[in-house]
Amino acid sequence: MTTLSSNPTAGRSRWQLFWTGPAVRKLRRNPLAITGLIITLLFSLMALFAPLIAKPSGDCLRDLNITNANQVYNPAGGAFWRAIFVPPRTCYKTERLSFAQEPTAPSAEAPFGTVNGYNIFYGLIWGTRTALKMSFIIVAITLAMGVVIGAISGYYGGWIDNLIQRFIDVLFALPSLILTVVVLTILRAGNPGGDPTLPIIVSFCIAGWAGYARVVRGDVLRTRQLEYVDAARSMGARDMRLILQHVIPNSVASVLTLAVLDLATVPLSVAALSFLGLGFESGYAEWGQLVEFSRAWLKPEYKYVLLYPAAFIITFSLAFNLFGDGLRDALDPKSR
Amino acid sequence: MLTFIVRRLLQVPVVMLVLSILIVGLTQLLSPEQRAAPYIRSDQQSARLEQIIRERGLDQPFPVQYAKWLGKTLQGDLGYSTASSKDVIPTIQERLPNTIELTIVTALPILLIGIWLGTLSALNKDKAIDQILRVLTIVGYSLPTFVLGIVLLAVFYGYLGWLPGAGQLSIVNEITKGDLTRYTGLLSLDAALNGRWDMAWDVLQHMFLPALTLTIVSVTTIIKVMRNNMLEALTSDYVRTARAKGLSTRVVNNKHARRNALLSIVTLGGFLIIGLMSGSLITETIFAYPGVGQWVVQAALRFDLSAVLGFALLSALIVVLVSTVVDILYGVVDPRVRFD
Repeated sequence: MTTLSSNPTAGRSRWQLFWTGPAVRKLRRNPLAITGLIITLLFSLMALFAPLIAKPSGDCLRDLNITNANQVYNPAGGAFWRAIFVPPRTCYKTERLSFAQEPTAPSAEAPFGTVNGYNIFYGLIWGTRTALKMSFIIVAITLAMGVVIGAISGYYGGWIDNLIQRFIDVLFALPSLILTVVVLTILRAGNPGGDPTLPIIVSFCIAGWAGYARVVRGDVLRTRQLEYVDAARSMGARDMRLILQHVIPNSVASVLTLAVLDLATVPLSVAALSFLGLGFESGYAEWGQLVEFSRAWLKPEYKYVLLYPAAFIITFSLAFNLFGDGLRDALDPKSR
Repeated sequence: MLTFIVRRLLQVPVVMLVLSILIVGLTQLLSPEQRAAPYIRSDQQSARLEQIIRERGLDQPFPVQYAKWLGKTLQGDLGYSTASSKDVIPTIQERLPNTIELTIVTALPILLIGIWLGTLSALNKDKAIDQILRVLTIVGYSLPTFVLGIVLLAVFYGYLGWLPGAGQLSIVNEITKGDLTRYTGLLSLDAALNGRWDMAWDVLQHMFLPALTLTIVSVTTIIKVMRNNMLEALTSDYVRTARAKGLSTRVVNNKHARRNALLSIVTLGGFLIIGLMSGSLITETIFAYPGVGQWVVQAALRFDLSAVLGFALLSALIVVLVSTVVDILYGVVDPRVRFD
């Protein structure tokens, strides 16, 4: 008697299992969600290939060791790979065509026009890169913190759990935007002119991990009572191994969904901070700042100053939310 | 019930205390001179920097520093805000009513429209109106506050010129504002009570765009939750029973389904107030509305620590009080909730 052959999933690869699973099938049948996903992927490609879409200029060219912007199109040269994977910080500086404050209308040189002399097109393309880069870093760190702390809290229980949960209660007394602003201000007060990247990342992580930790804790509480955890313990597995090998992998589904959705909200929060003037310095390619510039040019003749950045940000947010909505629907056991 | 309320209220100072330890602790990353900045009110005072540091114990170990900070705070001294050129407490007293006014003007339409459209959507599930509302909801919560605010400002102020773009009052009224007898602190209401209807109208016009921005961003959550609750209620046993008894659809929908669906709106109302408060940072800045949100953004830009700290304590206090009230209210409206 072969028990193995009775297993209906035998012979199928993990990928097939994933692709034909109920959640993915439901997601695939949702045209809005798929459209959203495709647009989101286009934004990611735009971020990755920013140097090819908005060609480097000025200091960025110098730091890439090339003389002509068209050299970035040559995959045989080092500049191509460097520009795509490790562009020097100067490349994130929005190309500045002049020092005139008044916006100039879209032209061949600046397809979306300029404001304060900055090339809006360059700012938006590289701004997408800034947004997604910050988003991935922040979500990854926050997720790691949340999973580790949440797992410790749920697994050990008792006073450790109590301490961590009361601490989270206290953090939740401040809305996340306000907590972020408070931490960011204190972190930057020591070095007002410095590079804001690290303080921004740290303040977002401080404000964000608690939400993840709560969700993970709840799932860990459920998982750790399952029989296979007892079985592993009875075989002599130590706590660390139990947590890392058995409990965490089976408790992270919901927090991963949350993290995917946050990949879209974090860039918008970073942009909001920059809009308020609390984020990146003036001239850094970043979405919020471009919207901030438009505030001084509200007359109809300058509408391109607001139109393109607004359309860019709203399209990104809408696309991701359409996908996120579909994802939530697909994973929600109640709606199946 | 009473024990629950008392216990819940006792948590308030504990949360505030721990939070203040965390935030004041975070400022330990700064040098004593930087920590002294919040207490310098004039150029003359900056000359006696050393003395201020000694007075406030800013070079002492953290517990001593915190104890001194706590003592001063309890006496109502949160330091001096360079952003408002005033002490922190008077600044809050001056600006908080404006933020509260904007919150009231915004929260009411959000709740009413949200409950109405959410119910409408659920009662017409999968029909055209429901589909349209669902798409609009997704669009609504996809709009980042700062982008929406600027777009509305550009359209209604820049292009059409229908509404004022910034501030709380026109210049003409700004001058006579001081003549008002302030009964409530809410400017539009006070102006009306003083018989200055023109000024009240002026204030409302200035509040329209910020309120519209906040409404569009926040109403979608209420619509979504209301729709889900209503759908759940409509499939419940008691609704089926009510229908089986032969009650009219209207009575079943309004009395049986909606009333239960409204329960979680209490919780949501709490979240809404908290959300509007953090939303005020962005909207007040866009529309230069003189509330606490605009002040704290200005303060953060100038690394005005006393203002930022003061604002943090204020918002934590509001959040904790609001959630306490929500918890208590929840027990009042839903008899199934037991306080134990």
